Amino acid sequence: MKKLTEQPSFINEFLDELTVNVTEMFRDPSFWRIMREEIIPAIMLNHKQFKIWHAGCSSGEEVVSMCIMLKEMGILHDVTIIATDLDVNILERAKQATYPVKNMELNEKNYIRFQGTRSFKDYYREENGNAVFNKDLLMNVSFRRHDLVTGDIFNKFDLVLCRNVMIYFNQALQNEVLKKFHESLFKYGYLAIGSKESLIWCDYANRFIVVNNEEKIYKKIKD
Amino acid sequence: MSKYNLNNSYKAVVIGGSAGSFQGVVKILSQLPKGFPLPIIMCLHRLKHVRNGFVEALSIKSVVQVTEPHDKENIKKGSVYLAPANYHMSVELGLYFALSTEEMINNSRPAIDITLGTSAFVYKEKLIGILLSGANKDGALGMKNIHDRGGLTIVQEPSECMIDTMPRAALAATKIDHIMKVDQIVEFLKELDKQYR
Repeated sequence: MKKLTEQPSFINEFLDELTVNVTEMFRDPSFWRIMREEIIPAIMLNHKQFKIWHAGCSSGEEVVSMCIMLKEMGILHDVTIIATDLDVNILERAKQATYPVKNMELNEKNYIRFQGTRSFKDYYREENGNAVFNKDLLMNVSFRRHDLVTGDIFNKFDLVLCRNVMIYFNQALQNEVLKKFHESLFKYGYLAIGSKESLIWCDYANRFIVVNNEEKIYKKIKD
Repeated sequence: MSKYNLNNSYKAVVIGGSAGSFQGVVKILSQLPKGFPLPIIMCLHRLKHVRNGFVEALSIKSVVQVTEPHDKENIKKGSVYLAPANYHMSVELGLYFALSTEEMINNSRPAIDITLGTSAFVYKEKLIGILLSGANKDGALGMKNIHDRGGLTIVQEPSECMIDTMPRAALAATKIDHIMKVDQIVEFLKELDKQYR
């Protein structure tokens, strides 16, 4: 605690240890298929260009997955993505889009189950035991430090992804965070949470409808 | 006086299992006394990417519908829970579940050690831990946690297991109160049920 007060830069190291930074690409391939086949096309009915927020992006695997999907749909150029996390060290890692090669087996399996249209290996090159993803994938992504609990509303989005992040919050915090997501979404925008997360008891739950219960995708229907 | 010197102070039963445990779990759930008073919390190794089907398969013959809890879901008496695919499942002090996507433990997510260990922390001496057939050592540490906190430990008779690595690892790791075949576990749970009538 002494070190925390005397050495401000240590807070980031401390947060890095404290926050949970484990994720995989195309986690829940069925979720990604629904994104590609239903949610993104539904957004595009109204807007050719749109904005996505990855809230609590951690080391960026979900962001890379999203960009790969959008690229395969031929719309990567039309989408602005903002990826935020509390932890600046993990954001640095996310920007690098570099991951241990040993993780690629699982990621590739997920990609195949997602039924991606290319070979997963097309998206990265191997360097010293790491898989370095093509930087072009992330050209429309901006990474920012943002605290979901204390941070302000900073933009409006068509789609917010916050999957398996709020499981680390208690119910009171989840309630507050859902209010922020509500405010950060355009009317009829979409919110995706983790497959085993639940918002039904939150104050703002009735301002959303369930679009896909299995994949936990919601749509804001009331301001 | 029951054969196992039981009483009605127990608050939960937690079950771990892996390869070869499915038949045993089905048998236990199908012969569970109606109105069994305690929650049964199960962590069984399963395919990470297959979210559907497992809970349904377990429920077909089960006396009680098996459910995969959501994050922060309260633990109810008499309910049967299964750790969902690709999440660790912890039991928390307010008697609810917390799920997490942290890294795999013993090559497993859900990891039995997490469910057993957190249950031991919450229920202390009021917990019964049962470890069934399996091919790795996950659960051994959890069984030790249960024993160390005063809970009752049971493993499936290794000779009956399709793969006995898991119960043997628990036997090596801590004191196991009972070594039982699945039929005996069923009888044990019936005896336990009578204590609450």
